Amino acid sequence: MTPIAILFLVIALIIIWGGMFASIIMLSRKSEVDTYPEGGKDVFGD
Amino acid sequence: MSTVRQTAPPARAEWTGQVGFILSAVGSAVGLGNIWRFPGVAYENGGGAFLIPYIVALLTAGIPILFLDYAIGHRYRGSAPLALRRIAGKLGEGIGWFQVMICVFIAIYYTAVLAWASSYFVYSFDIRWGDDATGFFVNEYLQLADTPFTLHFVPSVLIPLVIMWIVTLVVLGAGVVKGVQRMNVIGIPLLVVGFLALVIRALFLPGAEDGLNALFTPDFSALLNPGVWVAAYSQIFFSLSVAFGIMLTYSSYRKRKSNLTTPGLVVAFSNSSFEILAGIGVFATLGFFAHQQGIGVGDLEGLTGVGLAFMTFPAIVAEMPGGPLFGMLFFGSLAIAGLTSMISIMEVILSAIMDKFGFTRLQATYRIGGVLAVISVVLFGTTSGLTALDTIDNWANNIGIVSSAVAMTVTVLWIRKSGSLLAGHLSALSTFRVGRTWLFFVSVLGPVVLGYMLVATIIGLIAEPYGGYSAGYLLIVGWGSVVVMIGGSLLLTSRRWRYDPDNFEPWPQVRTASAQGGAQ
Repeated sequence: MTPIAILFLVIALIIIWGGMFASIIMLSRKSEVDTYPEGGKDVFGD
Repeated sequence: MSTVRQTAPPARAEWTGQVGFILSAVGSAVGLGNIWRFPGVAYENGGGAFLIPYIVALLTAGIPILFLDYAIGHRYRGSAPLALRRIAGKLGEGIGWFQVMICVFIAIYYTAVLAWASSYFVYSFDIRWGDDATGFFVNEYLQLADTPFTLHFVPSVLIPLVIMWIVTLVVLGAGVVKGVQRMNVIGIPLLVVGFLALVIRALFLPGAEDGLNALFTPDFSALLNPGVWVAAYSQIFFSLSVAFGIMLTYSSYRKRKSNLTTPGLVVAFSNSSFEILAGIGVFATLGFFAHQQGIGVGDLEGLTGVGLAFMTFPAIVAEMPGGPLFGMLFFGSLAIAGLTSMISIMEVILSAIMDKFGFTRLQATYRIGGVLAVISVVLFGTTSGLTALDTIDNWANNIGIVSSAVAMTVTVLWIRKSGSLLAGHLSALSTFRVGRTWLFFVSVLGPVVLGYMLVATIIGLIAEPYGGYSAGYLLIVGWGSVVVMIGGSLLLTSRRWRYDPDNFEPWPQVRTASAQGGAQ
């Protein structure tokens, strides 16, 4: 492959795949907010 | 609305957790377009340089509109017509039914492509198409007629089409968790593993690096062409399944206390990651084909859509060592990606019918799904299938979905001024907060870019008959589809709700200046 094509392949992998792995890591480290607002029970039939 | 029965509606289905939701949303987003559209679009619009507008479009339109769908569906806990009615009254409900009608049209033809992919999966065992892949597809498999509509059924298409409808309806009839979620939890890992195997094989083919050079070498002059930016926004927009009810419906099945935005980032980046993977696999394979023919990749034809999948790829498979296995991986991936997307399209329809008319899931699945299956079989199990598919696909996507997105953003964010309220909803529940930047993207940039795309498409379709088909045919099948979508949405909006849709309390309470007096 030419250097410029390799460069753009690497950029795509870093940004897109990097974004995926970063968001997965972010979610696994903190899957929910510390405190939810009051209420919010899943009401039957809503 | 006249009298409304006040008995309680049945409990809303819920995903079992975050992973089930994410895999189902990824299953919806990763579809045929990721495999057969992205690589060709990227190549034709600047190669490596296309990545710049593509990433800009992902960050400024794809992810923000995805969050908007999540916010509406989750806060107002309903299918597209129900959730949009709760936020924007009857106008909102009408837009919701328009989204449902788009899904009706897409579901009818999408299953046909699934049927073709499943047929070709089986045909790969013995390379049934032989040396003439295009001739086999058009003349022997589809038996394409010269006339735009016939009732001459083609058994080789009809049988897999019926099987695909049965599989889809059985999965949907089993429910959100036991059907939709289970299908995606099994299907998506299988798709990733299968497609990875295909990509690895493709990378070791002679000529693969020529294909990758063609795809990733940037043409920076393309960045000055507005058409390239429109292509990037279109690709992101259609690929993510936003603004026609799918993500809105799926987010309505999340528990109230759910993180919304960070899983949304996982879904959006996973979808694009699969597109990059598909680009690598498809162009490495095309590089091999060009190498075999002794020509440049740029001289190849049929680099997107039906042509790529059912003409170019089978021709490549026929020349490749280990071709049957490669063909099975490709068409198996196409079938799984299509099936998980098809299920999400049907879920939009069934969820809306259940919400409005109080049908049980099984009633909605087999009555409504059954009717759609019959229409699909009559239209696409015949020798006229390809022409109708191509036409309806173009109008449903480029006119239907884009109109729906513009109408939804303008109604919810400009007329109802609910942007701050929805931003507050997302931020109160999510680990990734949104604010003014998100509001700007969804309420200003999104409608402007999408509105420009819509106007440019309409002008283009009026100026030049699409696909070389006759103007009368396009008027009836293309524009006629849009008229039926609008008529259907008006009719369905006028019908009585089985349960009072406005007897509902949104949660959590979000205090915003713009939302005072509006739906909270």
